[in-house]
Amino acid sequence: MLQSFLQNILNALQWGSFYSLIALGYCLVYGVLLLINFAHGDIFMVGAYIAFYCCMFLLGKFGVFAGLPGWMVLAVAVPLTMVLTAVVGVTLERIAYRPLRRKGVNRLYVVITALMCGLILENGNLALLGASRKSFPTLVPVKVFEVFGVTVTNIKLMVIGVAILSFLLLHFIVTRTKIGMAMRAISYDRFAVPLMGIPADTVIVFTFVLGSGFAGLAGLFFAMTYPVIDPYMGALIGWKAFIAAVVGGIGSIAGAFAGGFLLGFVEIMVVAFFPSTYRDLIAFSILLLILSIRPTGLFGVARRTKI
Amino acid sequence: MKRSWLIALFCVLGLASPVRAADTVKLGFNIPLTGDIPDVGESSKNAAEMLKKKINDAGGLKVGDKTYKVEFIYEDNESKAESALSATRKLITQDGVIGMVGPQSSKQAVPAAEAANELKTPMMAPWSTNPNTTKNRPFVFRGCFLDTFQGPTAAKFASEEFKAKKAAVLYDIASDYPKGLAEDFKAAFEKINGPGSVVAFETFTTKDVDFSAQLTNIAKSGAEVLFVPQYYNEVPLIVQQAKSLGFNKPVLGSDSWGSGDLMGLCGDNCKGFFFVTHYAAAGAQGKTKEFIDEYTKLYKKTPDDVAALTWDSANLMLAALQAAGPMSGDLAKDREALMKAMAGIKKFEGITGNMSYPATGDHDPIKCAVVVKIDDAGKFAFYKSVCP
Repeated sequence: MLQSFLQNILNALQWGSFYSLIALGYCLVYGVLLLINFAHGDIFMVGAYIAFYCCMFLLGKFGVFAGLPGWMVLAVAVPLTMVLTAVVGVTLERIAYRPLRRKGVNRLYVVITALMCGLILENGNLALLGASRKSFPTLVPVKVFEVFGVTVTNIKLMVIGVAILSFLLLHFIVTRTKIGMAMRAISYDRFAVPLMGIPADTVIVFTFVLGSGFAGLAGLFFAMTYPVIDPYMGALIGWKAFIAAVVGGIGSIAGAFAGGFLLGFVEIMVVAFFPSTYRDLIAFSILLLILSIRPTGLFGVARRTKI
Repeated sequence: MKRSWLIALFCVLGLASPVRAADTVKLGFNIPLTGDIPDVGESSKNAAEMLKKKINDAGGLKVGDKTYKVEFIYEDNESKAESALSATRKLITQDGVIGMVGPQSSKQAVPAAEAANELKTPMMAPWSTNPNTTKNRPFVFRGCFLDTFQGPTAAKFASEEFKAKKAAVLYDIASDYPKGLAEDFKAAFEKINGPGSVVAFETFTTKDVDFSAQLTNIAKSGAEVLFVPQYYNEVPLIVQQAKSLGFNKPVLGSDSWGSGDLMGLCGDNCKGFFFVTHYAAAGAQGKTKEFIDEYTKLYKKTPDDVAALTWDSANLMLAALQAAGPMSGDLAKDREALMKAMAGIKKFEGITGNMSYPATGDHDPIKCAVVVKIDDAGKFAFYKSVCP
């Protein structure tokens, strides 16, 4: 019983890591622009596909060169995927969000645009690459360790480690660097900041680079853990990660991180002890309860600046 | 407007080529070309195209003393129940097919069968194993065995082959096929090994990718075999996660494993496992081998069970059409005659084995099941044949 419980805590840490990584992206963009970037889940999906093609290329599957060993492919694929996914995120910002922002339209229209962009990414992928699922290659052989009857794999430890490191890194960038200060300043007052000589557009682009980059990272590790990828993989998990970010207190980095793990934990535990049909019902009832007690989320504070 | 156009077009066609219009016989195919299982639709279409070419190249299909060209109309049901329903209505009322092959999976076949039966059009479900598809529907036939046969076959095999006294099941509770089969397996296994011998009966919901909580319960339950009646897109994830949670016992599958790109997605993880299915491509002989060779030459891949069953189903329908004798040209009458001829077929030699239909009751064939082992080369090799 205790072993099962400990095992499920590990399972929940792995599953929650993905929610957390995606929730961090929602939180950054919301924090700076007050924009709910509903396309974020699909950027995560695009990240997984980019990771797939990067890895296939680096493994030499397209016959360009002989290919690298698995661990080196992973080491190269991480920055490559993050950069390429960031390019996709910034492109969306450039062609969809920035023109609307320039025209000074209501935030509602930008949110609808984001939803639309997500659908374009999904169906664009479907049209270009077809409906067949792709199998993500094995980069690092799975090693199973058993400690006191609890099994853990190297992949699981790696995923949890990556989530924690990403959180620490983002937290550092936002609170300790100049550009992080600029992000918080824009969040405080978007119209006064340019008057102070801060290039607002650069800071916003940087926010999208960070958010999409970490979505790409999540996509890569998600595809490694669950090696069957398809064009609709990002939709549901993106929505759930958004809810996790809200429950954590959207705009707060620690909140997004904690919210992601909280949702992962509740989902896994409900499945472990109830039939799976109750999972979303119970999980989201609990989250609803938390929000009705603390409408700003666990780490959120009712104030004008958020991040 | 549209209707009058169609009528005008019909008149022109009728005047211009009265011979051609009368000499075609149309079959409809209600298959999933997109959606969750596009590979199933592709296999069906491939087999159908091959059959059509074969018949038309040989001059056509002889019914009575007249020769007809065959025409196949493909409708995509997007692997959705509601689309399968509208595709059925379109094929029957607009395209005027004499009979329909498909849908393949029970989720679409059950509602489509209802519509086909209501519209009095013969339907042949090649791959749907859920009992409800043909239940009390005289116009609906199937080309494969039932879950009520497949489940006990799997349970018996698990008890005999692995000497298993305890079994676990993991299935999608939101889909008709896995749910029905999981329950049939449980009932049969508990009948052999006593109540409570299915020690874990875990569920998930369509589109889930993380099964770690369920598999933790299964690994801790002491089960000696895991039965997974799921499709090729879920099996690789389940098998891989089971291994990473320390479950190293055999995994047993159902006929849904054989379709699509299971080995492409699963790779080494699935080797050595068994599943119950309709036919085995590796080591086939006779007519089956001819079919496999021709298909492989044409499409550069081994036909799966869906392709083989679609081939048998369409062939059975065409054979019945020939047995029904000359066609009157009145669709309703011809459909009725075709249904009667199909019901009259007592034994049909297909490439997936002999199919005999009982004289009374629902139109479910009595045929043998095959247990396939996934060998070290990743091929589905014949292991054992289990007959009713």
